[in-house]
Amino acid sequence: MSWASWSDFFAMGGYGFYVWGSYLVSFFCMAGEIALAFNRKRTLLRQLSLIHKPIQKEQNNETTP
Amino acid sequence: MKPRHKKLTIIIMSVAALGLSAKLVLDVFQSNLVFFFSPTQVAANEAPRGKSFRIGGLVEKGSVKRQSDGITVNFVVTDTAKFIPVVYTGILPDLFKEGKGVVAQGKLSADGVFLADEVLAKHDENYMPPEVANALEQASKAQKTVVTK
Amino acid sequence: MAINWFKYSSPASFYSLAGKMTPLFSITAFALFVAGLYIGFFVAPTDFQQSEAYRIIFIHVPAAWMSMFLYLIMASWAAIGLAFNTRLSSMIATAIAPTGAMFTFLALWTGALWGKPMWGTWWVWDARLTSELILLFLYIGFMALQAAIDDPRRADKAGAVIALVGVVNIPIIYFSVKWWNTLHQGATVSLTQSPKMAATMLTSMLIMGLACWMYSIAVVLMRTRTIILERERHTMWVSELQGTA
Repeated sequence: MSWASWSDFFAMGGYGFYVWGSYLVSFFCMAGEIALAFNRKRTLLRQLSLIHKPIQKEQNNETTP
Repeated sequence: MKPRHKKLTIIIMSVAALGLSAKLVLDVFQSNLVFFFSPTQVAANEAPRGKSFRIGGLVEKGSVKRQSDGITVNFVVTDTAKFIPVVYTGILPDLFKEGKGVVAQGKLSADGVFLADEVLAKHDENYMPPEVANALEQASKAQKTVVTK
Repeated sequence: MAINWFKYSSPASFYSLAGKMTPLFSITAFALFVAGLYIGFFVAPTDFQQSEAYRIIFIHVPAAWMSMFLYLIMASWAAIGLAFNTRLSSMIATAIAPTGAMFTFLALWTGALWGKPMWGTWWVWDARLTSELILLFLYIGFMALQAAIDDPRRADKAGAVIALVGVVNIPIIYFSVKWWNTLHQGATVSLTQSPKMAATMLTSMLIMGLACWMYSIAVVLMRTRTIILERERHTMWVSELQGTA
């Protein structure tokens, strides 16, 4: 498929709004899903370290003879 | 009843309830989602009278006529067996074409003309470049001339 | 050499395996998206009937395929979790739901943007569109139900019931265009017929389908790992993980 020009490519035969409206939303949904997944993990790890670091400190204190 | 039996009963009842609602939804599909009636069904009075319904079929070749006001159009919907005339005032979709699929919503008038308030184009599932489409059309035309000879 | 397949049904082992697999699937997905979109926009020709609007097909159909496929996978894992009482199976089912819901939404959204110029309307209540919308409700119902139940094992079981009952919707979606009169056209590609599509168009669509599949695996693996950590947070191996972090 050889496009006559970039403006032809973006116009998509007059249907540019519908074609790019589809692809842009799809891209943002997928990027958003990935970002949310990363964020959920990061928040959890932060919460876990708040629980486990103090426990680690207590354990360290308890093992001193 | 033992707690475990009770839990099992609840689960089975829920599944049964959901299954029943699924069946009801399917029944609704059957009656309301006769999404469109064919021209044959309309001609046989199977379509609801006095109520809005949809008719679907092909636009008969050569039947599209624009009226003098510019936005009212007459055409005929067919399933190759029966033919129903349609009149519609409004913008037609890009893909509306003679010989192609159409679904119109509206009411059947007393004199058998379908007064449409919405006309949608229905396209088929084929995707090919214009050259291939032209080649196929030429091939089927050539075949027809051979057959009629 | 005996392979202990059940080793990976332990959340701890699966956690590390999934961690190694995620980058592979992510990179594969990215490469396939690039290839698929390139072929779809720069190799595949214009369509005789729909002109350039048809190019929405390269995201619409893969999204629709994934919406149905992921639901079946989710229901399968939920069923295994219900039948064998395995925690990890249910965690995977829970991890799949958001991605499945996303693809269902995308199928509906891109479909609406495709329907408006080609059919003349954003939406109709025909069997195909309505059943796909019901699929979105099923995904959302599954996620809402699990979120509403505090005890994770009870949430797993309740979700599994919804997931399994909703499975009947998948063949309804697929065969809707055959069983009922619909505005949506019939299948362009199927296992039983030759494709009604030019070769380059078909290639792009299949590559994009594969890309969405690889993407789904990567995201679901990642989400499963997070769910594992959430639910196993009180175990030794998780606290050891934190110790080394």
